[in-house]
Amino acid sequence: MTTPQVKEAKTSQGKAVVNDFSMTVATMNGSGSQTSNVTLLRALFKMGIPVSGKNLFPSNIQGLPTWYTIRVSKDGYLARRETHEVVVAMNPDTFVADLASVAPGGAFFYGDHLKFEINRDDISVHSFPAKLLAKESGAPANLRDYVANMAYVGVLAHMLDIDMDKIREALEYHFDGKEKPIALNMGVIDAAFAWSTANLKKTDPYRVEPMDKTSGFIMADGNTAGALGAIFGGVQFVAWYPITPASSFAEAISQNISAFRDKEGQDGKTYAIVQAEDELAAIGMTVGAGWSGLRSVTSTSGPGISLMTEFAGLAYYAEIPVVVWDVQRVGPSTGLPTRTSQGDILSTHFLGHGDTQQILMIPGSAQECFEFGWRSFDISERMQTPVFVMSDLDLGMNQWMTKPFEYPDQPMDRGKILWEKDLEALKEPWMRYKDVDGDGVPYRTAPGNRAPQSAWFARGTGHDESAKYSERADHWEANMDRLVRKYQTASQYVPAPVLQTRAGAKIGVIAYGSADPAILEAGDYLAADGLATDYLRLRAVPFTDEVRDFIAAHDKTYVVEMNRDGQMHKLLLLEYPEMAAKLSSLVKYDGLPLSALWVKESLQAEEQK
Amino acid sequence: MSDTTETAMPNIQLNLVGLSKNDYRGAQTTLCAGCGHNSISNQIIAAAYELNIVPEDVIKLSGIGCSSKSPAYFLNRSFGFNSLHGRMPSVATGAMFGDHTLKALAVSGDGDTTNIGMGQFKHIMRRNAPMVYIVENNGVYGLTKGQFSATAEMGLRLKYQGINHYFPVDVVQEAMASGATFVARSFAGDANQVKALIKAGLSHNGLAIIDIISPCVTFNNNDDSRHSYGWGREHQEPLHDFTYVPREQEIQLGEFPEGTTRQVEMHDGSTIVLKKLDRDYDPTSRAAAMRVIEESQDEEVLLTGLIYVDTERPSLTDIYELPQGRALNRMTDTELRPGKDMIEKANAMMF
Ligand SMILES: Cc1ncc(C[n+]2csc(CCOP(=O)(O)OP(=O)(O)O)c2C)c(N)n1
Ligand code: SF4
Ligand SMILES: [Mg+2]
Repeated sequence: MTTPQVKEAKTSQGKAVVNDFSMTVATMNGSGSQTSNVTLLRALFKMGIPVSGKNLFPSNIQGLPTWYTIRVSKDGYLARRETHEVVVAMNPDTFVADLASVAPGGAFFYGDHLKFEINRDDISVHSFPAKLLAKESGAPANLRDYVANMAYVGVLAHMLDIDMDKIREALEYHFDGKEKPIALNMGVIDAAFAWSTANLKKTDPYRVEPMDKTSGFIMADGNTAGALGAIFGGVQFVAWYPITPASSFAEAISQNISAFRDKEGQDGKTYAIVQAEDELAAIGMTVGAGWSGLRSVTSTSGPGISLMTEFAGLAYYAEIPVVVWDVQRVGPSTGLPTRTSQGDILSTHFLGHGDTQQILMIPGSAQECFEFGWRSFDISERMQTPVFVMSDLDLGMNQWMTKPFEYPDQPMDRGKILWEKDLEALKEPWMRYKDVDGDGVPYRTAPGNRAPQSAWFARGTGHDESAKYSERADHWEANMDRLVRKYQTASQYVPAPVLQTRAGAKIGVIAYGSADPAILEAGDYLAADGLATDYLRLRAVPFTDEVRDFIAAHDKTYVVEMNRDGQMHKLLLLEYPEMAAKLSSLVKYDGLPLSALWVKESLQAEEQK
Repeated sequence: MSDTTETAMPNIQLNLVGLSKNDYRGAQTTLCAGCGHNSISNQIIAAAYELNIVPEDVIKLSGIGCSSKSPAYFLNRSFGFNSLHGRMPSVATGAMFGDHTLKALAVSGDGDTTNIGMGQFKHIMRRNAPMVYIVENNGVYGLTKGQFSATAEMGLRLKYQGINHYFPVDVVQEAMASGATFVARSFAGDANQVKALIKAGLSHNGLAIIDIISPCVTFNNNDDSRHSYGWGREHQEPLHDFTYVPREQEIQLGEFPEGTTRQVEMHDGSTIVLKKLDRDYDPTSRAAAMRVIEESQDEEVLLTGLIYVDTERPSLTDIYELPQGRALNRMTDTELRPGKDMIEKANAMMF
């Protein structure tokens, strides 16, 4: 065995820092490090410590650098932090920068196959023989490179006090109980743990201890959560085209729907999933399925949303229910395809041509992704219009500690759809686009309805109340006005915002989606610094009355979001021009999840202006 | 309303499902008088009436163009979707899953199909969606006033467009290349053949492409144009004499000498009887199909008839194991939403 390199840190010998730091592992994409990283994350979670894990990966299958950051937080903060106290370097290409990135007093670990000069004496530095440990664990030669990353799991387990039983539990979950891969990986971890025990001396203060702060939580990514939600929402048709970071949404439906929906003795499937040739076809298919009375969904990201524009306009105007998940990434075009963003708000809200107002639902947690998975169908069918669920890469693809999924608290709402018996019971003849109830929402029928006069002709051309072709000016205007009434009605059905208040707060913060954890954390810091803020988390467009009341009730409201142009801020200005002076925009658009530090400092800077 | 049968005029012919031809019509056409698309609409009406199809059992779909307007002019009692330019195939694909017991009939134009819609056209054939897909092919964009489409022949000269310099797309050749399971060509001037092919297409369990040369009398009907009435009449060369025999009807071959006919048994029990003309043609051979298409291009003839048929390949909706005879859009909430106990399973799947 090689002799370990131990460099004693000069500055960090002090009190232990327990359950409150971030660690980052730098590896090469495609090197199998994902298993190691989620194993660490899950083991910590099972120890009862609040954790969040974020994968910062390149747009590449193999070879480019990738970083995985785990934050452990006794206080339950889940946002990304900007400092890394513990860093593991496994990638020669980024070694120098990784070494420089360790916070003073922190710990740096690296595989001893990396030969670089260590130019810091304010941190603890340890190397470990990753490749040798993989070999000595007995792993077959062809798998050694792949499992070598498990060595840092064992070393960290020893150096940070991570419970080895929990690591085993995490591996059992990851490999679905299959003993062979579990034993293979555990072998390397055990070997590394033993090696570390014999050779490394702890000189930094960072470690973990079991707590009881994760019971009643699960770990889930937003895409899987949304997919399961869609399954519980009775999804019947899915068409999709692969794109990061949305693919795993449709894939999770494919992989899981049978387990939930196929029942013994059933004479056939209750759903169909088609991988389309592009996003135009994906939305076309879902629009066709929505027209024919199915709960239908497609998932995509910004580039796909652009391609769906014409269909989105048609579905809005022909009044066809369809759900679109937009898992946002940094655009335009390829942009930064593996980085997170909230950049599709404006384009999606107005997606179409002519006058269009699309309904957006914005989940802020994995649990909410599940809820919006089913609720989006109810709203879309109730309103007979597209509903866009605006998730993002961070929420969709990373593992989140979240409250368990809850069974839908309402029966399925199929909206105003008429079948043969319903038509028979009508006193007046049915007309496809007549506003019978005064809420702007007409009644519809679906193909397969055998009642004479049930059929209608869906079209993008001007039409009268009975869906007949019409170019009459008054018909056009009446129809467009009804669509406005319908949009107003939608505000009674979309999820209301979530409010967090503090006594005496005069400053408001509005944010949405995956910005949530950073805003919550920043609110605590600001309060500690003497600035009380209230926080409204938007969950939908159209805005509900709570939003107006919130802005009106505060001297100033900051709209914090992850795009350059302050897109939600602009929508709020359009909606509430009379309160424009009270609204301020705070934006961050570097592709990274928001940090509380940035929110706090930029808000304070604005306040001092 | 319901007592009309008693007072029905004796001279109104009712079919086996008790409907008159009027029940199959649509709104008054707004296309130009003499437009080939109108005669195709008439044959769709006649075919559905004669096949005793209940109009509510059909969905009709189209893209955008003069041709794509025509679904408004037939089968008023059928659900219809006049969708987007070039995107009808995707809408049809999704729509088919709502109630897979319905028949789908789609109308498109040459521009709609081979220009803007080439991608979706190809992919719906790969998927073998059970649908009749009629391409009303006039070599031009009628609705936008006469620009060249991708099927216009090289050298075609049009008054306001000049000369077409590009190589034309051949709809049936593209269909063969993409694995369509029913490929036919016809000519709007040959009403009987059009009707028989539509009937056969409606009996096919898979994608039936029917490329119908359908002259645009306003923009592309000079006698030397490949999409004109004049050229079609002069150059039409049927592959065979084509007869559609519905399931209920007995096949009478008495009049044909032995060895001069072929029969193709269709999915719904009907039969296509092909009577040999100049050559003995086997429409189940891909190689033969490709060859006659090539030859017809070289010889500059309008080859019509059933060029290829494969009755074996499962259709799109077969592949998806949908319930027998029961529509997805009739599923109850209990069938669609997993039970309360299943939420435990969902949470247990997570870590
Ligand atoms: C996205 C889009 N682009 C362009 C148009 C304009 N447009 C309408 S019909 C048409 C061409 C139709 O040609 P074809 O499909 O051959 O039908 P025809 O009118 O000849 O029957 C075009 C270009 C449109 N409606 N939508
Ligand atoms: S312009 Fe041509 S295609 Fe259009 S209706 Fe007139 S004749 Fe038919
Ligand atoms: Mg045309």
